[in-house]
Amino acid sequence: MAEEKKIKVLTGNEACAEGALAAGMRFYAGYPITPSSEVAEVLAEELPRLGGVFIQMEDEIASMGAIIGASLAGTKAMTATSGPGFSLMQENIGFAAMAEVPCVVVNVMRGGPSTGLPTLPAQADVMQARWGTHGDHAIIVLAPFSVAETFDLTVRAFNLSEQYRTPVILLLDEIIGHVNERVTIVDPGSLEIFNRIVPSDPPDQYKPYRHTESGVPPMIAYGEGYRFHVTGLAHDETGFPTNSAAEIGRMLERHHRKVEQARDHIVQVDPFMMEDAEIGIVAYGSTARSARHAVRLARETGKRVGLLRLKTLWPFADEEIRSYIGQVKSWIVPEMNLGQMAHEVEWALAGSAPVTRLNKVNGDPISPPEIYQIIPG
Amino acid sequence: MSFRYEIRLSGEGGQGLVLAGKILAEAAAVYDDLNATQSQSYGPEARGGASRSEVIISDDEIDYPKAVSIDLLLALTQESCDRYYKDLKKGGILLVDSDAVNRLPEGEFRVISAPIIGLARERVGRALVANIVALGFIAGISGIVSEKSLRSAIEARVPKGTEELNLTAFATGLAEARLLMKN
Repeated sequence: MAEEKKIKVLTGNEACAEGALAAGMRFYAGYPITPSSEVAEVLAEELPRLGGVFIQMEDEIASMGAIIGASLAGTKAMTATSGPGFSLMQENIGFAAMAEVPCVVVNVMRGGPSTGLPTLPAQADVMQARWGTHGDHAIIVLAPFSVAETFDLTVRAFNLSEQYRTPVILLLDEIIGHVNERVTIVDPGSLEIFNRIVPSDPPDQYKPYRHTESGVPPMIAYGEGYRFHVTGLAHDETGFPTNSAAEIGRMLERHHRKVEQARDHIVQVDPFMMEDAEIGIVAYGSTARSARHAVRLARETGKRVGLLRLKTLWPFADEEIRSYIGQVKSWIVPEMNLGQMAHEVEWALAGSAPVTRLNKVNGDPISPPEIYQIIPG
Repeated sequence: MSFRYEIRLSGEGGQGLVLAGKILAEAAAVYDDLNATQSQSYGPEARGGASRSEVIISDDEIDYPKAVSIDLLLALTQESCDRYYKDLKKGGILLVDSDAVNRLPEGEFRVISAPIIGLARERVGRALVANIVALGFIAGISGIVSEKSLRSAIEARVPKGTEELNLTAFATGLAEARLLMKN
């Protein structure tokens, strides 16, 4: 029976590695770091068997550089790290955003700053995932709350990065990365996989940064007979640097537009008992599990509470939160940081309802009773 | 009415408590068709130090994967016993290694003291398999996962070539627990 249903017990990190392989990722470069190392461990074993490449790099700066190169050469590529490594990756994440190179960066969050708490959970890199690299740039950030969802969102991270030619950051936390949980393995053939759109132009007419309506230029791999230039400098459609204000403005506007006009496709939330909720909880990652339990406890005592769980952290689910204005009278935002998302929720609501923050940064997870206790009524 | 059963395995790093927890979770989730999670807590040191592994088993969705009100606590060191017995729920079970833990706490829980590590060393021949002997005790005491499922999970998870040794360890713990439960 177990055979037929293909039920396995996996950690979030293992599910992340499996999801990446199912999405077609065949190049991994990374530097091991707790609590993300199992992602690399699984891939070091599996990638060579599938004809893929696994490289342990000298550091996280090089890891990020390697996956950018691999992606430009036409291979879906990924790296995985935690806080200190994520800091080192920031410069090259900016390069990937500027040069529009699809890639997936996994950050299994641990307590910080600095080397901080290697083995303990946190959710303190939410703002770094959005704004860690310098300059205005578009980015997509996803955060799963279970092992099964880690598989799904890893596949989705690749799909979104391919579809929108952008780095996608997958934020796990130590609890999701390390918890062993029951998952039903799906047939990889049943998954929806998006591969980057390739140009139909002949090599002499190809423009690697063409201004298309979707905002996403078709992308050819190096080695296919097309010659083109890739740079972190502001560039025109040909990929060569430019100082023309018109060209620069056009390019940066397109970078943002390609994500903004697709935000309804990118942004996903999971409402739980929100239909008649007068008190709303906004949570994500492992904290959303505690929040869901707190909602169940509070519902037993007749309180009208619901959970709006964020699966996509960036772009932010402002419209989804605003859709409850008038219905939800007050909000609670529990998170294992000092209020990084609570600030966004407040901004989205613009004072229309009060927001209570519940923050914890001592390495202990936020438990269901801690949330339950502050639910009013 | 759905149930939620919380087990904490505690001791020191190197005692195989994370593996034991994973086997328990697999027995429940893969072979007994229940929901199960296993999580762990450890320090930044490579070995030694306090170690704990938690398993939640339920027939419903498991929201919070950490133990809050423990049904069964295994303590293989005095330190872990002192530190965690307060998290036991009323009527819960405290299972301790009788050689390692000699100061037993008092409270509204049942204490079962057995030479788990000693049995592994003397009866099975390797102190290393104390974690699997403990699984035998847990199966015999709690009945939360079936003997058959645990056997399958052990066979699937332990290093190749050590299956027989580990199954003997499991059978040893299970037999001892059944003797204890009769009395």
